[in-house]
Amino acid sequence: MIILGIDTATDAVSVALHDGESVLAHSEIRSDRQHAEALTPMIDFVCKQASIELWDVGGIAVDIGPGLFTGMRVGIASAQAIAHVIDVPIIPVTSLDILSAAVQTHCEVIASVIDARRGEVYWALYRVIDGTLKQVGAPQIGSAESCAVDVLDRGQSTLLVGTGAVKYETEFRDRLAPVLPIVEFADDKHSMPLASTLVEIAHERALRGEWVQADNVAPMYLRAPDAEINWATRSTQ
Amino acid sequence: MIRVDEATVVLGIESSCDETAAAVVMGGNDVLSSVVATQIEQHARYGGVVPEIASRAHVEAMTPVIRKAIADAGVGFERIDAVAATVGPGLVGALLVGVAAAKSIALALNKPFVGVNHLEAHLYAALLDDPHVEFPMLVVLVSGGNTLLVNMESHGRYSIVGQTIDDAAGEAFDKVARYLGLGHPGGPAIDREAKLGNAQAIEFPRAMLHDGFDVSFSGLKTAVVNYVRKHPAVSTQDVAASFQTAVVDVLVAKSMKAAQHIGAKTIALGGGVAANSLLREKMTAVCAQAGWRLVLPSMAMCTDNAAMIASAGWYRLLQDGPSDLGMGAMPNLKLTDRTN
Ligand SMILES: [Zn+2]
Repeated sequence: MIILGIDTATDAVSVALHDGESVLAHSEIRSDRQHAEALTPMIDFVCKQASIELWDVGGIAVDIGPGLFTGMRVGIASAQAIAHVIDVPIIPVTSLDILSAAVQTHCEVIASVIDARRGEVYWALYRVIDGTLKQVGAPQIGSAESCAVDVLDRGQSTLLVGTGAVKYETEFRDRLAPVLPIVEFADDKHSMPLASTLVEIAHERALRGEWVQADNVAPMYLRAPDAEINWATRSTQ
Repeated sequence: MIRVDEATVVLGIESSCDETAAAVVMGGNDVLSSVVATQIEQHARYGGVVPEIASRAHVEAMTPVIRKAIADAGVGFERIDAVAATVGPGLVGALLVGVAAAKSIALALNKPFVGVNHLEAHLYAALLDDPHVEFPMLVVLVSGGNTLLVNMESHGRYSIVGQTIDDAAGEAFDKVARYLGLGHPGGPAIDREAKLGNAQAIEFPRAMLHDGFDVSFSGLKTAVVNYVRKHPAVSTQDVAASFQTAVVDVLVAKSMKAAQHIGAKTIALGGGVAANSLLREKMTAVCAQAGWRLVLPSMAMCTDNAAMIASAGWYRLLQDGPSDLGMGAMPNLKLTDRTN
């Protein structure tokens, strides 16, 4: 079965097609706020590269975040629209899952860390067991310090990956290196989630039947809108 | 270039502000379905539309709304000949949800996409009920974001005759309603209270800006605030009725002047404030007297909807052809700006 993957949750916009055995075509740009402009022509482009019609696609994988709110929404709205028209299900995958799946490591833990701006990061931890990944706990948002504390709690050798790991590398190194046996940082080329990894994950999940209907796909924000936060603060004062 | 005719079916999508809407329209005017999911309640406690909350709600509502529009129209996607979406003006994050969905549907169907100017679409809302109006037509577009007197000379040709120099009419309603503690949105609240009050109770100023066709509402809003401060015991209903009459008097007087100036054959109302009962009543009376044909769109077509987007999209396709799939949102689009 052919899966179309769409990833617009960070500054990178990428699209890929996977036929169950390998990636048929993929396209990627660093876009910086041009997600909506770039995405539709890129989907058209990868289909033509792979010589398929959108109607040949059996499922759509989409990065549901956490990440850039507007970017995530563009990707999800596009995935839902196509899934609706061609009547196929969606495989939602988090940006943190995609980051962790893209790297190879001998460490016992992978920490996917994405820059959430305003001095915060989104993160999730994954245990590496016989080459497969198992997520530990739910994705979180907080300061780099609170992320470091979470990593320290496990006390295992750790590889950090993602834009948050890049941005706060010094802080993480200072905090983690004296305590943990090994602290590594992934190569910069892995710092953003990409559709070529997304479709690989989605293919495995599709085999396990991890689908949802288009209407039931929701972005993973982790942060409430400012107006809601301010309202809650005012109401409790 | 695709053929555009009476049988051409356009799916329209609207997400510029706080309504998620989809509609199916055939031949530019035949509304097969029109679905609107409003977010009014989600924004009510903030006293205005919160962009991030709007964008989140659009993603949630978009697929179900499109699904319902297709089902209500009694057609399948295979019957859709083109997909139109609002590209601006509006909230950028909100617009992008609709643009992304529309372009994706167009791509999946291998049919043209057309980007629509939301303000132009409001003009076409007047034509949905009667496509055979005589031009030139003066469109009085009054909403929370706009107060425009537009000379529509023919399809795709318009110029702005007059506009507000400060607050939009709907904005004045919202601000006064909030000050009087009547809640959001202010238009329907003022309309309701005004029915119970005396419109002659207070003589609020009518800023006529004698020289031209422009209007101003910020002085009126200040006058209301000052009056209530000075007379705290005044009846809210009297204030609402007197304020509403002042707004309507200005709009009607300026519209008549503008209609005469352009030699209008027809006058049409559009935008959320066009649902105001006093404005409809007074416009009807003066147009009957002066012999102008008046087009009063239904309430559902005055406020934001996607039928007007599909309709404007049909006319755009006819005149200019499709838009590029690389098109994004244009949050600051003006009425006279081109989309492609
Ligand atoms: Zn509008």
